[in-house]
Amino acid sequence: MIRITGATLPDGTRSDIFVANGRIAPPGTPTTSIDADGLIALPGLVDLHTHLREPGFEQSETVLSGSRAAASGGFTAVHAMANTMPVQDTAGVVEQVQSLGDRHGYVTVRPIGAVTVGLAGEQLAEIAAMARSRAAVRIFSDDGACVHDALLMRRALEYVKTFDGVVAQHSQDPRLTHDAQMNEGVLSGELGLAGWPAVAEESIIARDVLLAQHVGARLHVCHVSTAGSVDVIRWAKARGVNVTAEVTPHHLLLTEQLAAGYDSRFKVNPPLRRDDDVAALRAGLADGTIDIVATDHAPHPVEAKECAWDEAAFGMVGLESALSVVQAAVVDTGHLNWADVARVFSAKPAQIGRLDGYANPFAVGSPANFTLYDPAASTVFGIEHLHGKGVNSPYLGRTLPGRVVTTIHNGYPTVSDGLLVDADIVAATAEATHG
Amino acid sequence: MRHLLSTRDLDRDTAVGILDVAADMADVATREVKKLPTLRGKTVVNLFFEDSTRTRVSFEVAAKRLSADVINFSAKGSSISKGESLKDTAQTLAAMGADAVVIRHGSSGAPRVLADSGWIDAGIVNAGDGTHEHPTQALLDAFTMRRRLHGNAARGKDLNGLRVTIVGDVLHSRVARSNVWLLGALGASVRIVAPATLLPMGIEEWPVEVGYDLDEAMDAGPDVVMMLRIQAERMSAAFFPTAREYSRQWGLDDERAARLPAGSIVMHPGPMNRGLEISAGAADSARSVVLEQVANGVSIRMAVLYLLLSGTGEVGA
Repeated sequence: MIRITGATLPDGTRSDIFVANGRIAPPGTPTTSIDADGLIALPGLVDLHTHLREPGFEQSETVLSGSRAAASGGFTAVHAMANTMPVQDTAGVVEQVQSLGDRHGYVTVRPIGAVTVGLAGEQLAEIAAMARSRAAVRIFSDDGACVHDALLMRRALEYVKTFDGVVAQHSQDPRLTHDAQMNEGVLSGELGLAGWPAVAEESIIARDVLLAQHVGARLHVCHVSTAGSVDVIRWAKARGVNVTAEVTPHHLLLTEQLAAGYDSRFKVNPPLRRDDDVAALRAGLADGTIDIVATDHAPHPVEAKECAWDEAAFGMVGLESALSVVQAAVVDTGHLNWADVARVFSAKPAQIGRLDGYANPFAVGSPANFTLYDPAASTVFGIEHLHGKGVNSPYLGRTLPGRVVTTIHNGYPTVSDGLLVDADIVAATAEATHG
Repeated sequence: MRHLLSTRDLDRDTAVGILDVAADMADVATREVKKLPTLRGKTVVNLFFEDSTRTRVSFEVAAKRLSADVINFSAKGSSISKGESLKDTAQTLAAMGADAVVIRHGSSGAPRVLADSGWIDAGIVNAGDGTHEHPTQALLDAFTMRRRLHGNAARGKDLNGLRVTIVGDVLHSRVARSNVWLLGALGASVRIVAPATLLPMGIEEWPVEVGYDLDEAMDAGPDVVMMLRIQAERMSAAFFPTAREYSRQWGLDDERAARLPAGSIVMHPGPMNRGLEISAGAADSARSVVLEQVANGVSIRMAVLYLLLSGTGEVGA
């Protein structure tokens, strides 16, 4: 039995936490003790939007390296996006990804299934097979590409409903964003970079919420990035549409001005937007219009970023920095308290993904998934804070608040005293836990 | 001057200083021996990721007139290969000891990436990057305007009060961007005329006046009319319906050219689409300074290379 002493829970109360047999336990006699004085105990973070790249792009990330990055950021579960090679569009591939996650043991890996075969946007993938596989897929997404055909999107929403699933839409009109490089506005005009207009996101969201209402299905909107999108989603929720939405940490903190030096670390899709958009996203997260934070962790090899802006890959790594960035963007600014963070970064994403065990994270009997976080820490974020394969972080050299001290996944530590527990130990413990 | 990446980096005095050095260089061209020993032993690399014989030759002539060694490095990819990466090329040139790199690249910002990269410690001259900037073109345009405005007494002077109208595809034009910033710094007033589809978002924030009607702009009697090249592929992307419609609405035809005041000049960065954005009559008229632009291009590029490589540092930062 592990005893965590003096942790501050998300609601502000101080409490000891007891862990035994992988679960939160009633007070007992501990064999080990962890001093959590001054630390916040947050429920294990759940990322609904992670690119683990395996199979197929192991030079960018593997399930193991991405799991380590996640654990170091305080995550205990991640949802692995479908744009692997082969694509996660069959039961075999999603089961493979899930079993890799189980074997490594740092986090629970929940594969996301493709909506269409090969993410090509032409024909529905075998959604039922994925939903009924051992991986029990509940989230389906062509992320990286938009399901832009309106009829296909309608059918996907209807079909996925059969399995209590949800379509997570990457909202981007492909025609309006042909060759787009950055937010369309004054700055893109000056820099001579093709613009990615806000309307290309907002028009798809508007269409999709109406479709979701029409067929009575659940819709999840990935990486909302504009003020207009927040307005559309707010309007949809007021109409009773069953829609949820996510925002990334980087869209809560960074703006398009960072593109001015053509440093491709700041190239991401959807692009960084204006100050007004950042303000609207923060307000939307605070008032519940936006339900969750998700990282869109997108690792790339160095050569994919060491080039001219329009030749560079889209994407940023984000698992390791996510909690610190959320603290900087919405906690320290007064938009969210820690109970809100627990909701938007754990309970609610778990609910959307139909992931059990996160509803009452510190209740006796719940699976022990939590992280101990020191919000008073402050560090200059560097390469040494990155634990995946990607170093394409927009925060390198920036001072960020907070530090993940300990992460407990299914009752065993994956991060201890700020250091990742050795992979062999974690894998062995995970195997013993799974029985 | 360490690099020349953008005309946005040039204030009035720096820009006037470059034009003055260019005037000295132009004088050299009138001598029997058109060559200075100034950059002997220096190596200038023309690094062209896009074809542009005109610009490359202009830089080559400029460097040779200053006695620099010139290497032409074509890094353009073929239909089957993507071409060498900017990083590998830069490191190769650094290993060869390049003192200045003149770069033409299809990607906006590529010269800036090169200058900031640490891959090479040479002066970088932007010879056109994507749809971003083409600073030496704007400098040679300003030089041409200044000569027309002030003649032999141009030294030390800017373009204060000059009224310049730029017509055409500003959205995709690096020439237009560089001209807008430089002409602003030199005190000229700029008017842009184009269909709304060919104007960048946010142009209302630029230091220019914007209009859609070329006839109205001609009637205002500008001192300079600068026509931008229209590329055929813009039609397929629905920026305008047909070449004929574009030409009628926004082309400088004989009739429009004839309505310009006597002293007005017509410019074009080349190569021209005769009959599309400019009629043959307008292009070959006495108002046209297109060939002066070409000649002045050599003088400007000599001045830029000189300021980058001679180490005097007397102009700019």
